[in-house]
Amino acid sequence: MAEEMRIVLRNYGKIDPLKIDDYIAQGGYKALEKARSMDRETLIEEVKKSKLRGRGGAGFNCGQKWSFAYQAQADQKYVVCNADEGEPGTYKDRLIMENDPHTLIEGMAICAYAIGATKGYIYCRGEYPHLVGILNTAISQAKEKGFLKDFDIEVRSGAGAYVCGEETALIESIEGKRGEPRFKPPYPPSEGLWGKPTIVNNVETFANIPVIVEKGADWYASIGVPSYPGTKVFTLTGDINNKTFFEVPTNTTIRELIYKYGGGIPGGKKFKAVQIGGTSGAFIPEELLDTPVAFDNMAAIGATLGSGAVFVLDETRDIVDVVTRIAKFFEHESCGKCAPCREGTARMYEIMSKINSGKGTTKDIETISRLGRVMSCSCLCGLGQAAPAPVLTTIQHFKADYHAKLV
Amino acid sequence: MGMVNLTIDGIKVSVPKGSTILQAAKEVGIKIPTLCYHPDQSVKANCRVCVCEVEGNRLLQAACSMPVTEGMVVKTRSPKVIEARKTILELILSNHPQECLTCARNQNCELQELAEEYSIREYAFEHKVRGLAKDTSTPSIVRDPDKCILCRRCIDACSVTQSVYALGIENRGHHAMVVPSMGKDLIDSPCVMCGQCIHACPVGAITEREQIDEFLAAVADPDKIVVTQIAPAVRLAIAEEVGMKPGEMPMDVFVAGLRQIGFDYVLHTNFTADLTIIEEGNELLKRLKEGGVLPMFTSCSPGWINFCETYYPDLLDHLSTCKSPQQMFGALVKTYWAEKMGIDPAKIYSVSIMPCTAKKYEASRPEMQDSGYRDVDLVLTTREIGRLFRMSGIDFTKLEGSSFDSWMGKYTGAAVIFGATGGVMEAALRTVYEVVTGQELKDVNFTAVRGMEGIKEAEVDLNGTVVKVAVAHGLSNARKLMDQVRAGESPYHFIEIMACPGGCIGGGGQPITKSNAQRQVRIDAIYVEDENCEIRKSHENPEVKILYDEFLHEPLGHKSHELLHTHYHPKNKKYL
Amino acid sequence: MKGYKEIIASYANVPGGIIEAYHAIQKEFSYLPEEAILEAAKVFNLPVSEAYGVATFYSMFSVKPRGKNVIRICESAPCHVAGAAEVVAALERELGICMGESTQDGLFALEFTECVGQCQATPVITINGKPYLNVSPAKIPEILAEYK
Repeated sequence: MAEEMRIVLRNYGKIDPLKIDDYIAQGGYKALEKARSMDRETLIEEVKKSKLRGRGGAGFNCGQKWSFAYQAQADQKYVVCNADEGEPGTYKDRLIMENDPHTLIEGMAICAYAIGATKGYIYCRGEYPHLVGILNTAISQAKEKGFLKDFDIEVRSGAGAYVCGEETALIESIEGKRGEPRFKPPYPPSEGLWGKPTIVNNVETFANIPVIVEKGADWYASIGVPSYPGTKVFTLTGDINNKTFFEVPTNTTIRELIYKYGGGIPGGKKFKAVQIGGTSGAFIPEELLDTPVAFDNMAAIGATLGSGAVFVLDETRDIVDVVTRIAKFFEHESCGKCAPCREGTARMYEIMSKINSGKGTTKDIETISRLGRVMSCSCLCGLGQAAPAPVLTTIQHFKADYHAKLV
Repeated sequence: MGMVNLTIDGIKVSVPKGSTILQAAKEVGIKIPTLCYHPDQSVKANCRVCVCEVEGNRLLQAACSMPVTEGMVVKTRSPKVIEARKTILELILSNHPQECLTCARNQNCELQELAEEYSIREYAFEHKVRGLAKDTSTPSIVRDPDKCILCRRCIDACSVTQSVYALGIENRGHHAMVVPSMGKDLIDSPCVMCGQCIHACPVGAITEREQIDEFLAAVADPDKIVVTQIAPAVRLAIAEEVGMKPGEMPMDVFVAGLRQIGFDYVLHTNFTADLTIIEEGNELLKRLKEGGVLPMFTSCSPGWINFCETYYPDLLDHLSTCKSPQQMFGALVKTYWAEKMGIDPAKIYSVSIMPCTAKKYEASRPEMQDSGYRDVDLVLTTREIGRLFRMSGIDFTKLEGSSFDSWMGKYTGAAVIFGATGGVMEAALRTVYEVVTGQELKDVNFTAVRGMEGIKEAEVDLNGTVVKVAVAHGLSNARKLMDQVRAGESPYHFIEIMACPGGCIGGGGQPITKSNAQRQVRIDAIYVEDENCEIRKSHENPEVKILYDEFLHEPLGHKSHELLHTHYHPKNKKYL
Repeated sequence: MKGYKEIIASYANVPGGIIEAYHAIQKEFSYLPEEAILEAAKVFNLPVSEAYGVATFYSMFSVKPRGKNVIRICESAPCHVAGAAEVVAALERELGICMGESTQDGLFALEFTECVGQCQATPVITINGKPYLNVSPAKIPEILAEYK
């Protein structure tokens, strides 16, 4: 059984986040120094070799992404940290920024050196106003100590838009626009912020970087599942005894998360379903709980790792009601740019409400299934593509719950 | 440029690197449906009806935005693709009003066409119209937001092509709407009423303010003498409204058709186009001689006048004080012409047929009543005349021609080309050259100012004085020249500006125009007509000569100032 | 209260800083007055149509006047199953208004929000951005008292 292992949360509770000396005392900013002593290609090669994959949801090889931006010719490049953690049930990026802001800054500075960027942005969701002060304090401390050299980091606030977690929508928002995703390609590493090569990585991804540089790619690649090595921070919500967070290697199974770390279901009730990866994640039934949480293993069961949210429902929960609520979330958060998402999320909520209120028919289930199938492959961005997952997976695994509510 | 090889529906094709799937498919004759795509605009990829399957990809890809890659295998009509397209169309149709039969775009609607092609027979989703109010605040354009499918082509036309920025998006998700600036009425936005948004709209969400009923009422009124003027760009395009090619409708047949639908007299705006050249040409010469404000701007295009009054109120002195040909005509028809014909001007109902939506607004300006009456009572667009023609049931291939009525019906080739970008400039140069040099112009064709290039320039030597001129069409191009003038860096003496791309042939009242290529076809037809004119210089128009001899006496004279010239007013718009 | 012109001017040199400026305006005015949007358009060299489009995109911004203290109740799934609906009912009862409304005295506005990232202690509400955890109907009067 895998044991808890803290990489990105290595300094959690050990340091005063507002004191850079505490961070330095734990070995902080050594990795940055080491990175700068390497030539850029070797550094990027090392990150590639660690097989670190983006912790934001898409799971792209981080070093490979960096190499695209490194190769792009431009007078200006940008490093952007996606701190727009909006998946319901997720707060792991907040934990990192609240408790160890310097690990994020160090990770970004290493990336900036690697790709040749002099400007960075942390796009912090508007729901975390208290983090802006912490991050700004940490940035100015790092500047004062001379760690950042010519690399400048600015903190920007979101203003309540889940879609800004999508990297191109986030870029639009930094540019001061409506947070509407761009079509891809071109991808940000070639054309990103203000049309310049841009690396957008999640907070958790950046927090891994200093440790990888310090301990080496081979060490990192040996942790957890080989195709998606390292650790992942999970936040447990819903019907679970330990409503808290854990950082575990990626070979941990869903069952371990719920029963070993989460302490099981309260009140002696039975497990019904778990939704992993946030509100756009699949609902997973009992029989699939022995799946390791790593990216590809989850994909193999039609689920996603996503943000690492673990939302547990016990046997008493009305899953159709919960999914209806989730459908409302997407209706509210669709940006409205592309037709299938704009209209589709609204219709999905409409039909789910109809079913939830006992007025649905089997035809409605057919319609919503077709709608979900189409949205998941034809929407412009990940929001619309992922929005149907809770509906489709609950129809797949918990059909009886739907049928019980039909007229 | 390198080539890329790919396979589309089993057909091998080789296209230049950087092409999209949509372009590649066109090469091999495969039509991929689109709604938000527009050939002259940036790619939006938001309607998603052009999605295709690309081998090795779970996600469908939008053909309009997806660049081709070597060895790519594309399926444009697999079951997965068809299901997606049909579902997306059903989603769009489910909140689209079921008003096709009463819609101005019936049978000329991209959504209707796709619904037909994809055999959409029922609403899979509950049919729910948003129930938003129509915006009828302007005399020119009506917006029906319920019909809007959020493709954003109108915003692109307004912001990118025209730099007017009247339209934007409000709210998000399925509450998102295209709205005039700050969510106000169109009249409060910087809208210049050029109507380019109407051409851009794939459906009937933006249309002209239709005034066919007002026309029919005037024709039915025995006390009214209904007189019309036809703008230069109309004849070429009206053919498209009755199933012919641009320019295919002979002028005399067009005139006969207008008599058939009830006009008592048919006259021509071309007459006052020639007159404009005399007045404006002399105004330019006067400014050159007396050190007046230069560069002088043309003032024929009401969308452009609105733009200048909205965005460049500090440059209004540069505008020629000449009224547009429509308004010159309006002022004369109820004075000079009425007198000459012995008709009581109070009985004259003056209707102009225009390629333009902004002309409706122009005719309604409070200052436009110098004849003592409303100079122009009603403006109908080319599209509205097209509807009246179709209503009349006329077979134009069998209709015998008829000629214009007297005194304001003669025109020259110089007036004809007013309809194309550069035409006013070329007409002016033909006259100004001969007036200043006293010599006959050997070659009347100033080709440097013709064509679809956004900004064109030329120099003319007038007896040792080199006059520098520039021509812009589309207001984004105009803005470039205006900024130069504002900065005091304009090298020009005379600038022609037309609000619409291509000039009036691409006006907001013309048959729905889907591309600049279509505008070019109309332009070509215009120059053919010019070549075919016996007289090609405005100052040689015999009826214009009579007008001066008998009524106006001299260019820029007292009577001209009273009837043919005007002043401009800053719009002071708040929501710019 | 600082003037909106002054507030916006302080962001004039921030590329794309209109969202930051809007946040700062809302801190003072609790919403985005029309004049402030017009001023922001001017300062950031944007058409008003675009500045307005930005103002209406983000759920934290309001272009309509609302109460000084903005109470947002999370209704995302984890809070939903933890009893957010009862908290909503309690707030509506206590303030005498419905969701989406402001109190007559202009002191409070009630809004829904999606997840605010404090899911270790559901249900959650925020007042002017400050989170209150493990909220129950019984705790509402005490929480509101802080702002009266």
